[in-house]
Amino acid sequence: MTAARGRILVAVAALLVLAALPQIGITIPGLFERPLSAPGTLSLLALCFVFGALALTYDIVFGYVGLLSFGHALYFATGAYAAAIALTRWHWHLPQAILLTAVVAIVLPLVLGAVCLRMHDIPFAMVTLAFAEAGSVLVLQNPFGLTGGEEGLALGSDALPSYLVGVPNTHNLYWIALAFLVVTYAVGWWAVNSPPGRVWQAIRENERRVGVLGLNPYLYKLGAFVLSAFLASAAGVVYVLLQGGANPQITTSSFTLALLVMVVLGGVGTLWGAVLGGIVYEYLDFRLVALSNAPALQSLPAIVRVPLSEPLFILGVLFIVLVLFVPAGLGGLLRRRAAA
Amino acid sequence: MSTIVLLLITGLGLGALYFLIAAGLSLIWGLMRVLNLAHGAFFTVAAYLGWAASLTLAGTSPWVQWGVSVVVAVVAGGVFATLTEVVLIRPLYARPVGQVLVTVGVALAAIALVEGGFGSDPKQLTLPAWLNGTTSILGANIPNTRWVAILAAAIVLALLLFFLQRTRYGLIVRAGVENRSMVEALGIDVQRAFTLVFAIGGMAAGLSGVLAAAYYGTIDPVRGSSMLIFAFIVIVIGGLGSVAGSALAAVIVGVLQQFLNFYAAAGVGDFAVVLLLALVLLARPGGLTGATST
Amino acid sequence: MSERETLLALRNVDVFIGESHILQGVSFDVRSGGITGLLGRNGVGKTTTLRGILGLAPRTGSVTLAGDELTRLSVHEVVQRGVGYVPEDRDVFAGLTVAENLRLAERKGSELRYDLVYELFPELKQRAAQKAGTLSGGQQQMVSLSRALLNADNRILLVDEPTKGLAPLVVRNVTEALRRAAEVATILLVEQNLSVAHALVREVIVLDQGRVTFTGDVDELMNDPALARRHLGLAAAVGSH
Repeated sequence: MTAARGRILVAVAALLVLAALPQIGITIPGLFERPLSAPGTLSLLALCFVFGALALTYDIVFGYVGLLSFGHALYFATGAYAAAIALTRWHWHLPQAILLTAVVAIVLPLVLGAVCLRMHDIPFAMVTLAFAEAGSVLVLQNPFGLTGGEEGLALGSDALPSYLVGVPNTHNLYWIALAFLVVTYAVGWWAVNSPPGRVWQAIRENERRVGVLGLNPYLYKLGAFVLSAFLASAAGVVYVLLQGGANPQITTSSFTLALLVMVVLGGVGTLWGAVLGGIVYEYLDFRLVALSNAPALQSLPAIVRVPLSEPLFILGVLFIVLVLFVPAGLGGLLRRRAAA
Repeated sequence: MSTIVLLLITGLGLGALYFLIAAGLSLIWGLMRVLNLAHGAFFTVAAYLGWAASLTLAGTSPWVQWGVSVVVAVVAGGVFATLTEVVLIRPLYARPVGQVLVTVGVALAAIALVEGGFGSDPKQLTLPAWLNGTTSILGANIPNTRWVAILAAAIVLALLLFFLQRTRYGLIVRAGVENRSMVEALGIDVQRAFTLVFAIGGMAAGLSGVLAAAYYGTIDPVRGSSMLIFAFIVIVIGGLGSVAGSALAAVIVGVLQQFLNFYAAAGVGDFAVVLLLALVLLARPGGLTGATST
Repeated sequence: MSERETLLALRNVDVFIGESHILQGVSFDVRSGGITGLLGRNGVGKTTTLRGILGLAPRTGSVTLAGDELTRLSVHEVVQRGVGYVPEDRDVFAGLTVAENLRLAERKGSELRYDLVYELFPELKQRAAQKAGTLSGGQQQMVSLSRALLNADNRILLVDEPTKGLAPLVVRNVTEALRRAAEVATILLVEQNLSVAHALVREVIVLDQGRVTFTGDVDELMNDPALARRHLGLAAAVGSH
């Protein structure tokens, strides 16, 4: 009881510090080049929060229900593109755009999930991958001039309320991202600890046994699929606000694979592990690019320099090492350290 | 008429490229229950190494250069695949999801390495003049690269069927697709068949990579992953573990894609293929596994 | 009868499948020659015992064949030491022909007993090119038995419920084949049909809930209705002829 209360206190304190960050001018040398309150740092952190939340939504289906979906990027991209199209092509206001996105974000996964979940295991993975690829093709084809094709879709300066636009307002976006992460975590925590959430975990362990108990695993899986996709679409909306638009990279299968890496990095089947994985991945992806331009690296011979200047190479290798030797992920490592 | 012939042959050529990827994937899945996401990386790495090898021979006959690039690509695909199986897949024998994840890592790392080493822009290929040319049939000028792809896929299909039907390892693979543990219970080291299937799959993917380079005229680091997705669709439609099924599905998918992309609109063909997959799955949701590898 | 040497020995074998403790410290000896019966009610771990010997089920403890430890070997290595397996559901390769099923069982360096196999089951010779999946249950059982009998260096055959679901005439055929097989190899037989078991078996091992509850002579068990009922359930009383 006291341990749980202690953990909550630590979490609340950490949240308060994070929330106050835009007002504090401290620097953390090594980790961030500029002060934490600088807009550049804040927007990187905000992006990290969104990916932390997105990884969490993926962990609900993959980690808690055991569904290896290779199409999660589709739902993130759905949120991003639905909002961006409503805002730029139709000049809707933000609340209406969000409402439309919410409707799409329930209907689409409901229909696709209903088809995909007729499969199990690896065939399920392949089918989700195929649907996500169809989405990616659609975005690239720029149907009716809606998605902008390879160029992506940039929000005009008048598309958003003024308090969300411009470098001086970065701290507002930062707070929105932080709030979104907290809300997503709360919803995720509530969901996995609810009675259906316990059924999800039972399905992960042994689906047939759940069926024998008279529960319909299909409906529970569909519920988890839709919830997770809906939250991912919401993350897509926040992403559009942060990035000022949508781009086709977030529709690709590589992006789904990146989500998979995030969750495994942090620890499958733990919410905070997935969040940690998403944050660490996005941070590394960003910072490793900076590393690749570092003078120390440039002086190395090509055979060492080339691999080290590719963030995805380092992340890919790190991922393989984790899968082989640390199946519980970073979260598992930390927990073991804490227990020792 | 000539357009229809052109689309048909081009679609067959595309199907041939899919088949070369799908055959190995299908056998790997059928025998080992491993979804090999690194297969696109075998395709890409092999194509680049083949291209790089042909560059070192600048000045020699274009046919020699191209021949060397084909051989290098096939060998590179086989070696890469074998190493992946032995070093990374084998230790995770008891963890099927871990095996899939490790192939994701290989795909990410290998493609990043290719981008780092060769850049992310498409590379132009120098091909023998005949390969850049066309052959006329029924009034349609068919690019010769299509014929080469179709011929190569037909030869590989014949070799694979011979291997499966007429050799002891082929017998082991066919039996293993049905019931792996019973094969072990007859005193057979299935592990060796795994390595062999990976090597064969990698070689076929490498061949697909170098032929796709000729087909499209360029190579780039990302084509492998989109080819891989269509190959997945092919093996699911064709019945997992079935080489002949993959060949048939590859033809259907390639031809359908070409026709619709031409007559409807670009992208519609890709879409229709995914739709076809959904329809096949709805029609026989459980009937996709357990196919025999003939 | 106690003169014969021990061929197969299990010592404190445990098998866990998931969270279930299927075998709990099972120990017994199978002496060389003849047929030893492994009996017990449904679900007591007989099939798991055979699978554990082979390594198809993960096990701890010790399994030795003529003194050689098997537990550290992989499945195919155990089989190569001379263990033949006839699984409960026959597990023939349905998409392969009869001839291919048999060819798959051929082991390098082992003398092959095609003559014995075709003498016992002449039908298989006629149906060599037929897909095993199209055979009747009894014919599939013949294929499965033949795969185990084919290698002359098999020292012990693990045979799991060979008469299950077969017509009476076929049961007699299979019973006769097992009797002949026992002349060339030791057999550990799991059998629910107690009249078949009684006809073939000399020594029995009885399992109940993952433990060995009886070892001894088959007549001692079958001719004592109280003992039989305690170990094998009510069916046993009917089974003793």
